[in-house]
Amino acid sequence: MGSTIPTVNFDWISFSTECVSLTEFGFFYGMSKPKPSPQFLSIPASPSIDKVGVEERCARFQTRSIKNDAKMQGLKMVLNMIDLTTLEGKDTPGKVRQMCYKAQHLHDSYPGLPTVAAVCVYPSMVGIARKELKDSIVKIASVSTAFPSGQAPMSVKLEDTRFAVSEGADEIDMVISRGKFLAGEHNFVFDEIAAIKEACGKARLKVILETGELSTLDNVRRASDIAIHAGADFIKTSTGKIQPAATMQVTYTMLMAIRDHYDRTGIMIGMKPAGGISTSKLALHNLVMVKEVLGEKWLSNEWFRFGASSLANDVLMQIMKTETGLYQSPEYFSMD
Amino acid sequence: MAKKTTNKSNEKGWEYAPSLESTGHIELKESYDLFIDGKWVKPSSGKYFETINPANEKVLAKVAHANEEDVDRAVKAARKAYDTVWSKMAPSERAKYIFRIARLMQERARELAVIETLDAGKSIRESRDIDVPLACNHFFYYAGWADKLDYAFPTRKVESLGVAGQIIPWNFPLLMAAWKIAPALAAGNTVVLKPAETTPLTALKLAEIIELSGLPAGVVNIVTGFGDTGAAIVAHPDVDKVAFTGSTAVGKHIQRAIAGTDKKVTLELGGKSANIIFEDAPIDQAVEGIVNGIFFNQGHVCCAGSRLFVQESVAELVVRKLKQRMDSLYVGDPLDKNTDIGAINSKEQLEVINKYIKIGIEEGAEMYQPSCEIPSKGYFCKPTLFSNVAQSNLIAQEEIFGPVLTIQTFRTVDEVIQKANNSPFGLAAGVWTDKGSRIFNLTTKLRAGVVWANTYNKFDPASPFGGYKESGFGREGGLHGLRAYVKLK
Repeated sequence: MGSTIPTVNFDWISFSTECVSLTEFGFFYGMSKPKPSPQFLSIPASPSIDKVGVEERCARFQTRSIKNDAKMQGLKMVLNMIDLTTLEGKDTPGKVRQMCYKAQHLHDSYPGLPTVAAVCVYPSMVGIARKELKDSIVKIASVSTAFPSGQAPMSVKLEDTRFAVSEGADEIDMVISRGKFLAGEHNFVFDEIAAIKEACGKARLKVILETGELSTLDNVRRASDIAIHAGADFIKTSTGKIQPAATMQVTYTMLMAIRDHYDRTGIMIGMKPAGGISTSKLALHNLVMVKEVLGEKWLSNEWFRFGASSLANDVLMQIMKTETGLYQSPEYFSMD
Repeated sequence: MAKKTTNKSNEKGWEYAPSLESTGHIELKESYDLFIDGKWVKPSSGKYFETINPANEKVLAKVAHANEEDVDRAVKAARKAYDTVWSKMAPSERAKYIFRIARLMQERARELAVIETLDAGKSIRESRDIDVPLACNHFFYYAGWADKLDYAFPTRKVESLGVAGQIIPWNFPLLMAAWKIAPALAAGNTVVLKPAETTPLTALKLAEIIELSGLPAGVVNIVTGFGDTGAAIVAHPDVDKVAFTGSTAVGKHIQRAIAGTDKKVTLELGGKSANIIFEDAPIDQAVEGIVNGIFFNQGHVCCAGSRLFVQESVAELVVRKLKQRMDSLYVGDPLDKNTDIGAINSKEQLEVINKYIKIGIEEGAEMYQPSCEIPSKGYFCKPTLFSNVAQSNLIAQEEIFGPVLTIQTFRTVDEVIQKANNSPFGLAAGVWTDKGSRIFNLTTKLRAGVVWANTYNKFDPASPFGGYKESGFGREGGLHGLRAYVKLK
């Protein structure tokens, strides 16, 4: 392995050299690690994150008061940003078909509601969902790369992805190899994402960091930067299988990575918090955060999604409450 | 099948609807008298002045203007209460009264917050989440000390001072009253307190609470008025202790006035505090800290981080992010829960701020203000940033006491220490770095009473606050704050 370090394009923070450890580059005495791709080396160093400061900032988003028209508009936006999800071992064609119907008919007794953004299923269910949704505006997202653990060989992950795309998935939600990331093999994670991106073809790629396993916000930020530079169209917090999932602190940290990338390159990256957002209030706080960190350009389902299964009904309940002044029983909302 | 028209619900943008805190639950009298010896008494001059809402210039109430004679009555009442009741009372009994005041304040927190916002112009978010809870906590904290003074100062005999004359500013009206009254009472002193002329209402509401608490008559007296009222308190021969928070100019007057007497004094004066950002700082959180440091309470904060020092290597990045963050601040009706920056406290203060903004422009500094709308009525000022500033610029030397930040760059640690200390003030400083050792290096070398690390404008009743140099002397808060109200033998 070379004695000359390739030129690194640190165009952002000049102190970055001291922040990128040699192990990251794979130059460690006598050890041979896979050679990082040249693109990996152009990722700027990630800024450090102060957890206390992030918590304070997130608390401020929650003091914004969303009422009246702003609330109604916000709730409809939330509905329209949901990736209605079922990811269980016991998923069946029947379950997926029913969810696909619900995705397009959230609450037909109250006309004028938007549909959700997408349904999110396992690769084996993509074909069923495609048959059900046909050419609906509701997209089909499929998890892949040996979701949720990602503990499978690269060839399997690629095949998993290609299969989902060939079955008709519009979007692929991949998981990163958290084990490799925590072992310091960031270049491996980068290359893996880049390879899956290629396998996606026209499908948009969401990269799941599984932040609940990354343990620090510094790691969340670094993983976000790697995913963005490796070709992610979206970055996503969690699989929903690990707690904590999409906390506001984690989502905020990822939004800042998107913001910095946009400021540097002008390229927009999408964001998808998933797992744990089950109430309208929390969803609206997330929208406040997107609006204030990234701007209104991101407030559409092209750039922001909620990965959730139970959020939709809570939002519907809030919409009906705002409309009628009364809370209706949960039994009035379908449970698909 | 869903309609295939559009799958986007955000074509018109998303604005927060106004969300005004209601004022229906507050009780304000048309006019307020002086609270002396447990009673509401008319000023001997018969004069009243108006206090207005700086956000809409409407009159809120008329308030008595106390003269020398009224101050004399108040001091006499405080002396009598000190001699006959308060200094003789068992400390644990004193504590009960202070606890009771704290609890009553908590119960009326919402009313106090709304009145504070109406009278001072500060945003309801701040008065609700910061001013009022902190004020309550100061009473709770010092109530706890009242019967533990011997433990506060081990091996010493602790005695109270007597009558404390206290003069407080308009930037944190209720909180400053709490900072002053709570430790004084806990240590066994009685009080004559004068709130600022533009913001007397929450101190008068506090007087109502004190009345309700059954505190013995004369232990706390509240006299409202202008500078002459304050001067009468300072000059009164039977006042044992003067505690003042306000401008350095008035602080110097007080120093002169009490020269040659045996009055004890603590002064908490102006500041021009340095907020220092190193290149290895958590940049986004530092930006938040800068905003919180200078735009908190419209910049009407004596310890505001008004001089920003950024290491040159990250200066461009920090300034860009700072401007972005400033663009997301809401300036407007202080009663709106979404308002970040409320109204400037008074017309006079707005003129001072505008004068300095003009000076800054004339000095050739580069100004940035977000393009937000500000209300046409009332006193408002956009958050303002001056970059390209030198140490020799007036705007980097003098206290502006408004939402105006100056930005200077630096290269090395030694340079920034020298520049930060190069000021007649020395109240506070902020240091932002990922390196623990650097924090300790700076905290020992910065000549400032408070140094925050990776945060700014954090207050707690248990932690002392106060300045070096022309920022005053004596400490408030914590054990140190108690020391200012006792004689140790």
